[in-house]
Amino acid sequence: MEAIAFYIFAILITGLFLVTAFSRNILYAMSSLAAGMVLISGLFFILGADFLGAVQLVVYSGAIMALYAFGMMFFDATRDVKEKNTSSYLVFLLSGFSAVALVVIFAAPTIGKHIEPIVTAPQGLDNPHAIGAVLFTKYLIPFEVAAVMLLVAMIAGIVLASKKMDESLSEIYLDADPETEKKEQE
Amino acid sequence: MTIGLTHYLVLSAILFSVGLAGVLRRKNLLMLFFATEIMLNAANVAFAAISVHIGDLSGQMFALFIMAVAASEVAVGLGLLILIYKKYGTLNLDNFSIMKG
Repeated sequence: MEAIAFYIFAILITGLFLVTAFSRNILYAMSSLAAGMVLISGLFFILGADFLGAVQLVVYSGAIMALYAFGMMFFDATRDVKEKNTSSYLVFLLSGFSAVALVVIFAAPTIGKHIEPIVTAPQGLDNPHAIGAVLFTKYLIPFEVAAVMLLVAMIAGIVLASKKMDESLSEIYLDADPETEKKEQE
Repeated sequence: MTIGLTHYLVLSAILFSVGLAGVLRRKNLLMLFFATEIMLNAANVAFAAISVHIGDLSGQMFALFIMAVAASEVAVGLGLLILIYKKYGTLNLDNFSIMKG
């Protein structure tokens, strides 16, 4: 049963991400990316990492894809993207090999017999409770730093995306061509 | 046939390769961001699988922090993309090569 679910998820995820990486239409790429994110949370649920699956659903499929869809309003998404490829297939082949080699290098220590878990789950707790217990004891400082980082990113996003909020930002548009400036004034 | 750690690592490698091929191939900045998200997700799958396999919660913590980094990266990156699109009117990477050399 687990094997069937895993293979269905794996094939669907790979196919959807291939569409994302090679499609010409931005809307197709974004929708398939969102669907792939949802299915990856299914993989986490199969693994037993329930909290991670829920966070994947909320953060990736909810926040990040909504942000992309929001950003899409600023871009012309209906046109097909024209891309000129100059690199040969040898580059892709070599990059694929190097990616596989990277995964092998980083995964090789897990084969060893002498691995001892450092942070084990507390006894008698299911996955979300155990993650909460570990996150607020051993990983408290990284958690707070991540919170500050998210605040900085939020402020940066607001400042960057909103125009005429700061004088120094509007100077960026001075050397833009007149057509886009005219479009802005409308 | 049971699903072990190897299956997840192979899937993660495949997804990472797909994302890397996308990063190398894409000329549109928004599509480049999508490919980056694919690579981050592949790393997350590997982290979670190894974490569950060994019985150590650190892997899931790292996956959690990767998600936080991805969220802030998207927020700042989309702001920059909007600025670039306002300035140049396009997202094609070939139009941004303004250095003479």
